[in-house]
Amino acid sequence: MNKQFLGALAVTTALSPVAAMAQTEVQFWHAFTGRLGELVKAQVEEFNASQDEFVVVESHKGNYSETLNAGIAAFRAGEQPHILMVFEVGTATMMSAEGAIKPVYEVMAESGASFDPDAYIGAVKGYYTTTDGEMLSLPFNSSTPVLWVNRDAFEAAGVDPDTDLSTWEKVGDALEQLKAGGEDCPLVTAWQSWIHLENLSAYHDVPFASQDNGFAGLDTELMLNGPAQVAHLTAMGDWAKDGKFIYTGRRNEGGANFRAGECALFTESSAGYAGISSEAEFEFDVRPLPYWEALVSEPQNTIIGGASLWVMEGHDPEAYKGVGEFLSFLSSSGVQASWHQNTGYLPITADAGDVTRAAGFYEQNPGTDIAVIQMTAKEPTANSKGLRLGSFDQIRGIIDEELEAVWSGEKTAQEAMDSAKERGDALLRRFESANQ
Amino acid sequence: MEKRVTFRGWLLPLALIAPQVIISAVFFFYPAGQAVWQSLFIPDPFGLSSQFVGLGNFEFLLSDKFYRASFVTTAVFSTLVTLCSMIPALFLAVIADRLIKGSGVYRTLLIWPYAVAPAVAGVLWLFMFNTRVGVVSWYLGRLGYDWNHVLNGTEAMGLVVVASAWGRISYNFLFFFAALQSVPRSVIEAAAIDGARFWRRFFTVVLPLLSPTAFFLLVVNVVYAFFETFGVIHTITGGGPQQATTILVYKVFSDGFVGQDLGSSSAQSVILLIVVGLLTVIQFKYVEKRVHY
Repeated sequence: MNKQFLGALAVTTALSPVAAMAQTEVQFWHAFTGRLGELVKAQVEEFNASQDEFVVVESHKGNYSETLNAGIAAFRAGEQPHILMVFEVGTATMMSAEGAIKPVYEVMAESGASFDPDAYIGAVKGYYTTTDGEMLSLPFNSSTPVLWVNRDAFEAAGVDPDTDLSTWEKVGDALEQLKAGGEDCPLVTAWQSWIHLENLSAYHDVPFASQDNGFAGLDTELMLNGPAQVAHLTAMGDWAKDGKFIYTGRRNEGGANFRAGECALFTESSAGYAGISSEAEFEFDVRPLPYWEALVSEPQNTIIGGASLWVMEGHDPEAYKGVGEFLSFLSSSGVQASWHQNTGYLPITADAGDVTRAAGFYEQNPGTDIAVIQMTAKEPTANSKGLRLGSFDQIRGIIDEELEAVWSGEKTAQEAMDSAKERGDALLRRFESANQ
Repeated sequence: MEKRVTFRGWLLPLALIAPQVIISAVFFFYPAGQAVWQSLFIPDPFGLSSQFVGLGNFEFLLSDKFYRASFVTTAVFSTLVTLCSMIPALFLAVIADRLIKGSGVYRTLLIWPYAVAPAVAGVLWLFMFNTRVGVVSWYLGRLGYDWNHVLNGTEAMGLVVVASAWGRISYNFLFFFAALQSVPRSVIEAAAIDGARFWRRFFTVVLPLLSPTAFFLLVVNVVYAFFETFGVIHTITGGGPQQATTILVYKVFSDGFVGQDLGSSSAQSVILLIVVGLLTVIQFKYVEKRVHY
């Protein structure tokens, strides 16, 4: 540490109490690094520059799980931040933590910041809203799964890249042709449970769990072993056996294969856009997630993944006023539109989508609106509003294990999902008794 | 023939053992006591409420066939790691001990891997065996073997064992090498005069003299395989495919810090504590009898 730096430190330390007296500090813990981290920092700086009453301090606390853990540990020590980013899987954990969290609708009402719950897109806010329509946390980054197509790989295998891929039946035919045309990796996926079970269920309007997917109560049981899910996984298992579906791992490992041009089709989040558009050295396009024609005549909406912002209990009313202002700023259409365009995440308000469309962004970047359409084309049903299950991170782990047994051919889809239900239900009962 | 130092008064001996006692109390007894206490509850993650369930957590765990399977996985994993880290280490130490020139360089090179943290070692091995860009898996592919530890449980187990044992070979080598150096030359020469060849001398004379070191390493390596291999598993397989590499300590982590189920996680730590305690008692009671000091 050189002297100049120490000098600067001393000066700023001496000056900071003056600033702190004038401005109320709002701590914001998030899980973003790299490009996303920079964008969050820019949003915070813009907010801080826009007014002089509050100052938001953002800190990165590791990946999603680590950030949630940091928040929980901090709460136990009485050092919690004002705003904590929690991924969608942790929603039920946060919701049940009465006394640790302050619902967003309450914060907004008390702070007097402008807040219109109806401005938010139903399928996005539904995940974080009670059955009575009260918003508990503010949706921040939300994405939904889509189908990415490597057009060059299609052409190399002698398959028309414009071929209709709207249904899994048609995708099955395309996989057959791709394989016959010498493609080694016709289909790869990221986030298998999220895309091929959770979204599959919502998209075909079948329940993933009882009690409205957990929205209506803690006494919920998994229903992922139903005929629709089993039919899909059986097909996927057959494709895996024939080398048409290549399994690469539980998270988004498959993204590396796809971006390197090694695979023809890729089911991944719409937020994969940033990575694919910057790395892919091939022609790609994006299609809506396929559905099974045999099951439904037209699909319901897909559900979201991503994170929302939770406000923690135990701070001064003055600070909550700042929190309200900041959340209101984040929801404004300008901020949302640029976030949506830069990241591929969905806009959280319908307004932000309109601004983006009006600016001609969708024409210049074809396919970027598919996720928005897929989410908003239909009013969500009880099966497609989202999922609210306790211990869901662990349940996803169980599902991953059981799916691996299907892909390796050790279990049939029915056996695997029956087992996933039995094991997952045991965890749900534990969560229920811990939160009574 | 025990040596005893006798102190006058209590103050000095107490002061001398105090640091050790305090450290054990703060870093071992207190957290371990907390784990035992918490294992009797199902708390919510935020510590807002807690429900006393007695031995309910243990019942829940032991009735879970996947948890019971994790014992077998742990036994297989620990045995393999211990063997794979001790036998090559002993072999290398014997060879290094025979070298007249250059043994210093050889020794230094062999100790290097010990400086690599388990998590980093895990990433290194993962890169070599990565199904897409791994060098080793590419060569295996050329030979017609389709390496896929992402779906094949046996391959995944093999990979985490090798990655865990690799750095440990250095540590074991160091101890074996030092022990070999202290074997009196006179006994070996006497055996040589009697006409015993190298390997016969090794098995009948040297190995018994190494037994205290080997026993020490056995205990230390088993404890290593139980607790410290967490980083390797976390970086390479995350416990998968299915539960092929979910060892007990990994489950403690994932239930506690991913699943926020502190009750079950504490109960698992208690079980782990008992298992390792029992193992060490068995080792000292039965294996140590065969050790000649």
